[in-house]
Amino acid sequence: MPTTEASSLYQKRIPIFTRSVKGKFRSFKTAMLTLAYAVYFGLPWLPWHRGHEAVSQAVLFDLPGRKFYLFDLVVYPQDIFWLSLLLFIAGALLFFATGLVGRAFCGYFCFQTLWTDAFIFIERTVQGERPARQRLYKQAWNAEKLGKLGLTHLLWLAWAFWTAFTFVLYYGHAPELTVQFFSGKAPNVAYFTTLVLTLTTYVAAGWAREQVCLYMCPYARFQGVMYDPETMAVAYDSRRGEGAAGRALPRAGVRTLEERKAKGHGDCIDCKLCVQVCPTGIDIRNGLQYQCIACGLCVDACNSVMDSIGFPQGLIRYDSEANLSAKVPSKPRLHWKRLKIIGWGVALAIMSGALISSVGHRTSLDAAVQQMRQPLFVMLSDGRIRNRYQIRITNKGVEDEIYDISTKGVPDTALDMGNFREVKVRAGKSLIVQASVSLPQEMAEHDNSFEFMVTPRSQPAHAVALATRFDYKHDE
Amino acid sequence: MSQQKTQSVQTTGHVWDDDLQEYSNPLPSWWLMGFYASVIMALIYWMIYPAWPVGKHFTTGFNTVTYVNDKGQEKSWHWNTRAQLMKDMNEAQKMQKPYFDKVAAMPFDDIAKDPELTNFVNSAGKAIFADNCAACHQSGGQGKPGYFPNLTDDDWLYGGSYAKIQETITNGRHGYMPAFKEVLNDAQLDNLANYVASLSGEKADAAKAKAGDALFHSETAACYYCHGTDAKGRQQIGSANLTDKIWLWADVPGQTSPEKKVEAIHTVIANGLNRGVMPAWQDRLKPEQIKLLTAYVHGLGGGK
Repeated sequence: MPTTEASSLYQKRIPIFTRSVKGKFRSFKTAMLTLAYAVYFGLPWLPWHRGHEAVSQAVLFDLPGRKFYLFDLVVYPQDIFWLSLLLFIAGALLFFATGLVGRAFCGYFCFQTLWTDAFIFIERTVQGERPARQRLYKQAWNAEKLGKLGLTHLLWLAWAFWTAFTFVLYYGHAPELTVQFFSGKAPNVAYFTTLVLTLTTYVAAGWAREQVCLYMCPYARFQGVMYDPETMAVAYDSRRGEGAAGRALPRAGVRTLEERKAKGHGDCIDCKLCVQVCPTGIDIRNGLQYQCIACGLCVDACNSVMDSIGFPQGLIRYDSEANLSAKVPSKPRLHWKRLKIIGWGVALAIMSGALISSVGHRTSLDAAVQQMRQPLFVMLSDGRIRNRYQIRITNKGVEDEIYDISTKGVPDTALDMGNFREVKVRAGKSLIVQASVSLPQEMAEHDNSFEFMVTPRSQPAHAVALATRFDYKHDE
Repeated sequence: MSQQKTQSVQTTGHVWDDDLQEYSNPLPSWWLMGFYASVIMALIYWMIYPAWPVGKHFTTGFNTVTYVNDKGQEKSWHWNTRAQLMKDMNEAQKMQKPYFDKVAAMPFDDIAKDPELTNFVNSAGKAIFADNCAACHQSGGQGKPGYFPNLTDDDWLYGGSYAKIQETITNGRHGYMPAFKEVLNDAQLDNLANYVASLSGEKADAAKAKAGDALFHSETAACYYCHGTDAKGRQQIGSANLTDKIWLWADVPGQTSPEKKVEAIHTVIANGLNRGVMPAWQDRLKPEQIKLLTAYVHGLGGGK
């Protein structure tokens, strides 16, 4: 029967003091953190030579210039379709990985996880291991508590600031922007972005932590849907752990495996280490829970305890639900021969291939033709019909280029481009040129479609044909 | 210490149908903080921006916008989207200024040889054209037969050179042709209409056209006086070339039968014209705007 006593409308956060742990998953997590930080904090400072005019920074998101520089790749707004491919690949990869190994993204790669991990590291360095932090939390305010907590928050804020500032560096030339930033000359948006990201990082990784995963994160909500009985997830082998008579502390008489088996106790000695190391504060022994971010720290904790008392490892391990409930569980392995996994894998391969080939086959010329529709056509004094067109030429290369413009399908003499049969477009710039085509009426009736040819003078092989049409009457 | 939530689930205390109860799951406190933060945001917003109606007025907020209006006066006002737009337009004009200066300083032929400047002329000219000219000449300059000339063809009543177009925009034009129904009878008008139709290769009654030819060059009608003995018009006075295939006042291409085409010409000759009025723009547009517009219109179909 539920209780009916009046309760508070708002629940206070139950603080989590995670114990540090050693093991292969912890090492992997640390390695990922180091790699991610090295890339994130180092990338804006990596110089990259790109020819005379262009920016010499490996990764630069040039918003005013509407160009994204990624090493030797320059992404223009016209390439927005790469972004949709990339987003599709990211989505498919998430589904693929979740079906196969559960929420691996959450545990090892998500920036919330990475930053929380770093913040906990700072916390532990300043305040000490779990018992010391708990003691500090409970004790009254004094100089020691004030000093330690103050230093923690100061370091958190510093780290959050560096995170935010680094984000801003991606949008400008890093060394210049740094000088501008600290001498008060950077654009307002740089300060505003830094302020907002500093505060959100500080709150999310310092204060909110697991609450981000539990309440705010949308992935947490739908990743569970991608699970099936064959998915590898962090699991507690309750048959082995609980036995017939449940878990028991290793007191005299229930210390060795033989003694425990005789009394019906399982292998779990109820040391609660798996609970203490959990960053979301759950007890994995209660089974698979949506709060679990599959980081594997409880696996490390349990294995280290099993090692120290001489029990076999793997009481908590990555395993599939199907295998755990099998009569004779086999060694945990990836079950990839499933329609869902293969389907996502194929989709992933096709889309990645499409992206790579599209990026690989990019040319430095982007051209488009637009027929002027006001008026669609006009009759000239000698009875010829004139149509007008706009040709937009974008030079996506790093050198200035001269483009020759001609026609295919109508006589070249019919084309009038003013002074611009050849036009110079500066590197990274776009230009619109006007073209008009005049045809005698009887010819206009035959040549309904034709092409403009735009040929870069230095690379004639990369000429682009722009199909368009010639109108001489209004369609009924 | 277990880090699990140990509380059992509580209910709101309401009971329906004897045993139906509602769980009371507390919200996390960060959520409450978020709510308070949005309340504070609302207060800050209220203080900065226009917010509440108060009687016939409203709270205007502390934020102000300073802009320069059309008359060059600097104005400071409480923040609103109109003032913000004016400020944004000031900034846009400031950014366009170097280009306008370039256009103003350069001869037309040099502008037409510079692809980037031509690009600017085409985009900025299109905007000025849309604001000032499109009401009559239509958005693409295609005009309207019987009312406003087409600017995209190669026929120019007053000349299509840069200088002539600039002159037309600056000072305006007034096209006029007297009504001939006072002077000529219906048969004579019909003869003239057939002659004019035949000039541009339209189907016409040959006998009537021959009579019309005589009348055209006679002192009775004296059409040649304005349109020239070869009927090719005179750009000095803006009289139309009657031998080409372009029609402004009589909508000949718009008619379906040869009879109706002749009829359309007949009507114009009989009633004359006093509506070819183009206003002068020198009082409304700045000289550099007129110059830009000239280059744009020349690009539409000028050159003759």
